[in-house]
Amino acid sequence: MDMLNSLADGFMIALTWQNLLLALLGCFLGTIMGALPGLGPSNGVAILIPLAFTLGLGATPSLILLTSVYYGAMYGGRISSILLNIPGDEPAMMTCLDGYPMAKKGLAGEALSISGIASFVGSFFATWGLILLAPQLVKIALLFGPAEYFALFALAFMTLGGVSSTNQAKSAFAAALGLGLAMIGVDTQTGVPRFTFGEVHLYDGLDFLVAIVGLFALSEVLIFLEERHGNASAEGRKLEVGRLTPPLSMVKECTPTMLRTSFLGFLAGVLPGAGASLGSFIAYSFEKRLVDKDGTFGKGDPRGVAAPEAGNNAAAGGALVPMLALGVPGSGTTAVLLAVLLSLNITPGPLLFSQNPDVVWGLIAALFIANFMLLAMNIPMVGLFTRLLMVPPRILMPVVAMVSFVGIYGISGSSFDLLVMIGFGVMGWVLRKLDVPLVPIILGTLLGNAMESNLRRAITIDNGDWFTLIDSPLAIGLWAVAIIGFILPIIFGRVVKSKMRRREDEEGAITD
Amino acid sequence: MSDRIFGVFGILLAIGFAMSALTIEESFLSDAVGPKAFPLIIAAILGISSAVIAIKPDPEPHWPNFARLAEIAAAVVVMVLYAQFLPVAGFVLATAAAATYLSWRLGSTIIGSVLTGVGTSVGIYVIFHLVLGLSLARGPLGF
Repeated sequence: MDMLNSLADGFMIALTWQNLLLALLGCFLGTIMGALPGLGPSNGVAILIPLAFTLGLGATPSLILLTSVYYGAMYGGRISSILLNIPGDEPAMMTCLDGYPMAKKGLAGEALSISGIASFVGSFFATWGLILLAPQLVKIALLFGPAEYFALFALAFMTLGGVSSTNQAKSAFAAALGLGLAMIGVDTQTGVPRFTFGEVHLYDGLDFLVAIVGLFALSEVLIFLEERHGNASAEGRKLEVGRLTPPLSMVKECTPTMLRTSFLGFLAGVLPGAGASLGSFIAYSFEKRLVDKDGTFGKGDPRGVAAPEAGNNAAAGGALVPMLALGVPGSGTTAVLLAVLLSLNITPGPLLFSQNPDVVWGLIAALFIANFMLLAMNIPMVGLFTRLLMVPPRILMPVVAMVSFVGIYGISGSSFDLLVMIGFGVMGWVLRKLDVPLVPIILGTLLGNAMESNLRRAITIDNGDWFTLIDSPLAIGLWAVAIIGFILPIIFGRVVKSKMRRREDEEGAITD
Repeated sequence: MSDRIFGVFGILLAIGFAMSALTIEESFLSDAVGPKAFPLIIAAILGISSAVIAIKPDPEPHWPNFARLAEIAAAVVVMVLYAQFLPVAGFVLATAAAATYLSWRLGSTIIGSVLTGVGTSVGIYVIFHLVLGLSLARGPLGF
């Protein structure tokens, strides 16, 4: 009952005109960003963060705006997968497999609507999952001391690489690079400057928003410049949608699939390091094995469209659980959302639920509302978004670059930050070329200081004894999971990854 | 080969990071761990992972040819110039110029890219400054 009361309070917060408008705006922008190849949830959210700040939005409204974008992108990605056979963002990769064949058979409208319904089902159950699971996780997290938190952070880094990269050494490199960048600035505990090289601008540390926008948004612009890929993927093709109502028999056929894959996707989302791409992958392969008796998967089976869409939307909701309850994001986009919270001086984790229940429950209520808005936008109004696929990157990418600059300049008003952002953009481009995942870098810059202070606190409490880190069963358990999570992908990872990557394009390094 | 160079670069970076960490001045009021320990751990991880990358390189990535590299370098120069001239020239002019350049290099026609540039700049100015009230860089002309 307690939970329902909190949820009701959340709806009171979410149902203001401002928050409803922000949710609507977020859903709309998110669907566009998901639909356009080249803009995905993580870079979409990244370029909007500065906007949320400069508008002076509070914590709850900013989060409502940005998570609506996140959910929206999960919906939008399927549009170009189905119509063009080009995933709008990485999680929508698996939707191409059956979505495009359906479109070729003249069933594009049915594919869009059944996948829209699947997205809705996935998000809906995942949001319930968030409500049920997050408070339980908070109860466990309250048992955590500094040593356990340090182990938890280590776990997040060690498992993150397993899915976001083929090469564990490269993800370890990325995590260390991010942590190293976080060390720049004045040490919070003793007040000595570190790695500042006498540059006054660096005393405050690097602003992680600058790093995020540079790595995610600017590097994308550079990729497009390199390929000189200025034409819209949709140019010269006819985008026929057709009827937008799936026959009842199709919905009936897909319902068990949607329910099963929502559950699987949610689980994949909650696990650290997995995120939505893995959610849709697992959902699709599981359904294929379970119900594909006649070998219709891959040839335009509606269940093959419903499965990955329910899976990735459920995973998107699931990924919010560890971010909100533990303060440790499991995917690229939730890492970006964590950056928002940190910049607003809100520390996610168990205390968030007791100190800022308005933020948590307002957000959850807004997610329910946004989900209905998205359903409305993505089935009856999907034609609007298919037309947007005609926008060529030669117009889109300059806009992305300029909005990034405006956002960062709007926060700090300094040219120095713009230069740092360009530096991160170039670095992001080189690292993507070398197949180094970017998400651990972001996570490192975000969590570096918290990780260090937990380490130092744990050891100081125990009078300088480093073995305190593996002193409690909980900490040992976390370390064990972390080590298994790091080693397992080295043995099995290549198989899964190569299956997932078969359909991959340039978006490789940004997962989510 | 790329990975080997990258790995060696990473090792050098790790050494530089470690050396820089060792020069951090200890405060007289330090905790049991101090400000050096964690950066040194990071340097170790950075070094080990770089060494592994250098020893076991992945297949060669697809690098662009020289012309494409020059393209990217030119775009970076334009962006740096943009960052420098933004406070001088004002938001609208600087942004229109930079967006025009990017759009042109992505394959727009001259007229198309000027339209994109001016449209982007004025559009952002109207939405972000006039509607949302964000303060943008002000040039000599007041915008």
